[in-house]
Amino acid sequence: MKFTNIPFHYIWRNLLTRKLTTLLTAGGMALVVFVFAAVLMLEAGLRETLISTGQPDNVVVIRKSAQTEVQSGVQRREAAIVESEPNIAVDAQGDKLISKETVVLISQPKKSTGRKSNIVVRGTGAKGLALRPQVVLTEGRLFRPGSSEVIVGRSIRDGFHGAAIGDSLRFAQRDWTVVGVFDAGKTGFSSEVWGDSEQMLQAFRRTAYSAVVFKLYDPSSFEAMKTRLEADPRLTLELKTETRFYADQSEALATFIKILGTVLSIIFSIGAIIGAMITMYAAVANRVGEIGALRALGFQRRAIMAAFLLESLLLSLTGGVVGLLAASTMQWFQLSTTNWQTFSELAFSFSLTSGITVRVLLFSLAMGFIGGFLPAARAARMNIVDALREG
Amino acid sequence: MSGPAVSLRAVAKTYWRGGQPVPVLTDISFDIQHGDFLALMGPSGSGKSTLLNLIAGIDQPTGGEIRVDDVDIARLSESELADWRARHVGFIFQFYNLMPVLTALENVELPLMLTSLNRRQRREHAQLALEMVGLAERVGHYPNELSGGQQQRVAIARAIVTDPTLIVADEPTGDLDRKSAGEILDLLDRLNGDLGKTIVMVTHDQRAAERAHAIRHLEKGELSALEVAVSRPVTSEREGGG
Repeated sequence: MKFTNIPFHYIWRNLLTRKLTTLLTAGGMALVVFVFAAVLMLEAGLRETLISTGQPDNVVVIRKSAQTEVQSGVQRREAAIVESEPNIAVDAQGDKLISKETVVLISQPKKSTGRKSNIVVRGTGAKGLALRPQVVLTEGRLFRPGSSEVIVGRSIRDGFHGAAIGDSLRFAQRDWTVVGVFDAGKTGFSSEVWGDSEQMLQAFRRTAYSAVVFKLYDPSSFEAMKTRLEADPRLTLELKTETRFYADQSEALATFIKILGTVLSIIFSIGAIIGAMITMYAAVANRVGEIGALRALGFQRRAIMAAFLLESLLLSLTGGVVGLLAASTMQWFQLSTTNWQTFSELAFSFSLTSGITVRVLLFSLAMGFIGGFLPAARAARMNIVDALREG
Repeated sequence: MSGPAVSLRAVAKTYWRGGQPVPVLTDISFDIQHGDFLALMGPSGSGKSTLLNLIAGIDQPTGGEIRVDDVDIARLSESELADWRARHVGFIFQFYNLMPVLTALENVELPLMLTSLNRRQRREHAQLALEMVGLAERVGHYPNELSGGQQQRVAIARAIVTDPTLIVADEPTGDLDRKSAGEILDLLDRLNGDLGKTIVMVTHDQRAAERAHAIRHLEKGELSALEVAVSRPVTSEREGGG
């Protein structure tokens, strides 16, 4: 069934005829759509960064009720019990793919502001790298075990002073030489500094690891293993898949961004809807005679209603597409902020997904529908004789 | 075709203004035969445009019966009436009422959007209608690129393109200079004489009215007289609710 039998070019050309009004109204809608899209892209970028940080077949073991690795503590004897689990994958040499890690926060001055910001320092080892195939050493070499050497994520090298190869970072009363830079794509690891786990324990005077990470031999056995280990009276540990672990970490910040952004977008959209409504009321008022003639020619009320609604939808869709295109350029920018759950610096980008594209366009169409409904209904309700007389 | 094209019996129309009834037409009865060309005249407020609107089905009477080709249009629902108008009535307005964003061809094609014709057939019909009104060369022009007389000819092409039973014209020469008005009246003459179209025209202009077969005068909502033009067929006389 056709939406309306009034020709599409009649509707479209009426929009083009009122260039300035169309441009201003669509521009207002484009701004709102831009804000809405940017917020969704920000939230998606954040989630993408933290979720892709994890591997689905990796397991993170932390202390029960600890939300993050920084808050967690895994005693050496507990780590040994976990290490003795049979369901841990092995590498080509037959060594278990398990990494006992120390995660500590330090603060270093940012290049952009000069102010200090928190960075995650991760004590790990060669197995830590093997467990995370998304982490690739792009420059320099890996730190040597037992040395005061570190490698840094790309975002740290770009965003902080003293983080280039050959530079030294001072923390935990030691100077740590940067010997390599790694790229971890869009993951949170890009915002970390990695060094030898045992060295970090000593330097930070820790007796316990922060977390144990291992790769499952059989990922389907995770639930059974989780139930067993969490019920083990010798342990006060909690097991999460790495993907779930990082998804949980993104939850609070992502939800905050989403709620704040959505509330702002809704408030702005009321303005845009009123703008569209004024434009469409003016369009109806200017075309009273045409409406009368169309009705006299035999076009039904619903056809008039549909034509004006379609005009409003086209107006808002134009705004939506322009706003979305503008928002898509935000993908070129990278943001860094503090993740409140880990209190560490996290660099991430705006991410435009197909789901966001659909939601944003539906949002703009909804603005057009709400803004155009009353004017369209007014046009459809007009009495033919009165319309012909007034027009 | 048996029976009259249009038959009005005891037609009345009353408007309500500020809670008070204002009778505009009272007890109007007459017939219009197929192929007639009737002019309705009368002073402003006499109800002639209201009568035209009732015959054209864009307004509903408050009493009486209006039959067009034996269909009682006063009993049709609003939606049925819209369909009926699309098939049976061609409109010519004083101010042409063309869609400014559509070309002459697209304006003429507009009523055909309500038919089952495909795009090519619609274009052919619209082209033919424009040729009939002498505007074959102006198909791609927008209304603001045409003179008043040419715009009214486009409106006439739009009125005839669906081959309607009845053409209603409300002051078709009211906005035109004498020369253009003459051309439009010649065209209406041809539609009536050559194509046998039944035309009902409201006019203030005596010269325009004289082109009709018959002239009916309205005075304060009542039919006052029937004049028959010289050498023209006669509209049947059935006044007074016959």
